[in-house]
Amino acid sequence: MATDLVKNEGKHIHKPTAVKKETNWTKRVLITVMFLYLSIFLLVPLVYIFVKAFEQGSGVYFAAITNSDALDAIKLTLLVTLITVPLNTVFGIAAAWLITRFQFKGKQLLLSLIELPFAVSPVIAGLVLVLFFGPRGVMGPLFSELGIKILFSTPGIVIATMFVTLPFVARELIPVMQAQGKAEEEAAISLGASGWQMFVRVTLPNIKWGLLYGMILCNARAIGEFGAVSVISGRIRGMTNTMPLHVEILYNEYQFSAAFAVASLMSLLAILTLTIKAWIEWRAEKQQTA
Amino acid sequence: MKRKVLFKSTAFILSTLLLLSGCGEENGNGTVEILNVSYDPTRELYQEFNEAFAKYWKEEQGQEVKIHQSHGGSGSQARSVIDGLEADVVTLALAYDIDAIGNQDLLNSDWIERLDDNSAPYTSTIVFLVRKDNPKGIKDWDDLTKKDISVVTSNPKTSGGARWNYLAAWGYGLEKFDNDEEKTKEFVQSIYKNVEVLDSGARGSTTTFVEKGLGDVLISWENEAFLSLKEFGEDEFEIIAPSTSILAEPSVAVVDSVVDERGTEEVAEAYLNYLYTVEGQEIAAKNYFRPRNVDVVAKYKDQFPEIKLFTIDEVFGSWKEAHETHFKDGGVFDSFYE
Repeated sequence: MATDLVKNEGKHIHKPTAVKKETNWTKRVLITVMFLYLSIFLLVPLVYIFVKAFEQGSGVYFAAITNSDALDAIKLTLLVTLITVPLNTVFGIAAAWLITRFQFKGKQLLLSLIELPFAVSPVIAGLVLVLFFGPRGVMGPLFSELGIKILFSTPGIVIATMFVTLPFVARELIPVMQAQGKAEEEAAISLGASGWQMFVRVTLPNIKWGLLYGMILCNARAIGEFGAVSVISGRIRGMTNTMPLHVEILYNEYQFSAAFAVASLMSLLAILTLTIKAWIEWRAEKQQTA
Repeated sequence: MKRKVLFKSTAFILSTLLLLSGCGEENGNGTVEILNVSYDPTRELYQEFNEAFAKYWKEEQGQEVKIHQSHGGSGSQARSVIDGLEADVVTLALAYDIDAIGNQDLLNSDWIERLDDNSAPYTSTIVFLVRKDNPKGIKDWDDLTKKDISVVTSNPKTSGGARWNYLAAWGYGLEKFDNDEEKTKEFVQSIYKNVEVLDSGARGSTTTFVEKGLGDVLISWENEAFLSLKEFGEDEFEIIAPSTSILAEPSVAVVDSVVDERGTEEVAEAYLNYLYTVEGQEIAAKNYFRPRNVDVVAKYKDQFPEIKLFTIDEVFGSWKEAHETHFKDGGVFDSFYE
């Protein structure tokens, strides 16, 4: 319906009725308000980041992002993302499969649990991990006995990031797999496919756009996570400092241009992510109509 | 598709290996690494000091030393060390925070006597930073209680610097009102009534005042105030020295449990001792901390305004007592906001 309306208006084929005029007017006002709102709250600050970043010239800009502490922060953030996203992808697929393909008691509970990280403030997530893995925590003494450092080192940051980004892939896949149903998969099995063949040849192609979409959201959040990581990182420069923490440190050191330079790098990553996301949506839609 | 899964799992295994190898750092090629967990306003100081110490250690011992830094609010940094952040040395804003680490048996409780001058190699005090030409005519603590003055400071519950701010005002009040506790309390409370923004850390307050442009006066570490002048130019701000203030003694200590385990005792102790050498004292003075060494004090005499300074022990007995009376839950500071 909605698309029909748009098409018709575009072509100006038929006479607009009084009702249509009204919706037309509402639409225009809404569009203006939306664009104004988004410009003020998103676009202007985004542009401001780049303006501030280049305020002291491109020399300062490139010095800020090639400084060894900054490079270490970028490396750590990428490493954490590289571990977090695949693990949460595997988990997300497994969880979505379990929830959409099997009937069992406690399904609702499992669904709520998966969404828990959305509901809990990241700071609290970080603090819980500190309590859990701390020297007087439940698991802390065990790991320190084994000589494995969790808190204030890379594993802790990975765990915190995994916690926060856990729901993204599962949340995207569950509706897709629900809509898909299991008929195709059952057909594959009855034709003699093994479980793995069925998954790779039937399930995966069906869910791939939803999966990619979830992974991208997961990726974006993993790069940007501040709250949980800041509790658990210890802020050792060159070692446990991620990009968002590095921005804060630079800001606190009166290096405003440098802070905004690193922030602009993160904004670029975000824009890139959004572009890929838009492309995936476009491809998925195209495939659906084809 | 299969290849993709394969690629992903390889990437995962590789990165896990990388991660595990990253854990066992310590001795790569004879390089020793130590971690200094410090508070906010010392960033610039230790940046310079670490370079000097690394050079000194290389000459003395022929060993490379890499010093890692972590900065944050003094109280929360102490908290992190208690929670397992492996600091070889802590250089915090006040003795109370190091005592908190000692209470968990991570370091010897006699730490304060192990180094000279109460284990505080440099000192500072509390001054006012105002906007250029002092438009509100602020001269002393009394002026901060006036109705039209907007004050910026941080929360003494979380910030070490803010505790010094609070105690400095209190000490001035006691002097002014002949040790009348009730009048002093009213006096300090009327300052806090004028506080427009109460940040959680000293550096946060400085950015609020300096960068965001809020408030008429910032109650600040002297070294922070000087740093703001240096960073933003003397044509924007002015330092006002009150008639009386507190001698702030930021303390340093080796964390015994960590250096014992990592075998870094020698270098950690040398690191703190180097703060007391002429070189170390000069670096402190250059970063606007008041030195202890008499020669360096004489050399930088003109840099610091003359203020009548009292110590915490003289006025409050000890940090423990000051904490119990003023900053504990339900203490005097809390009663301001009831």
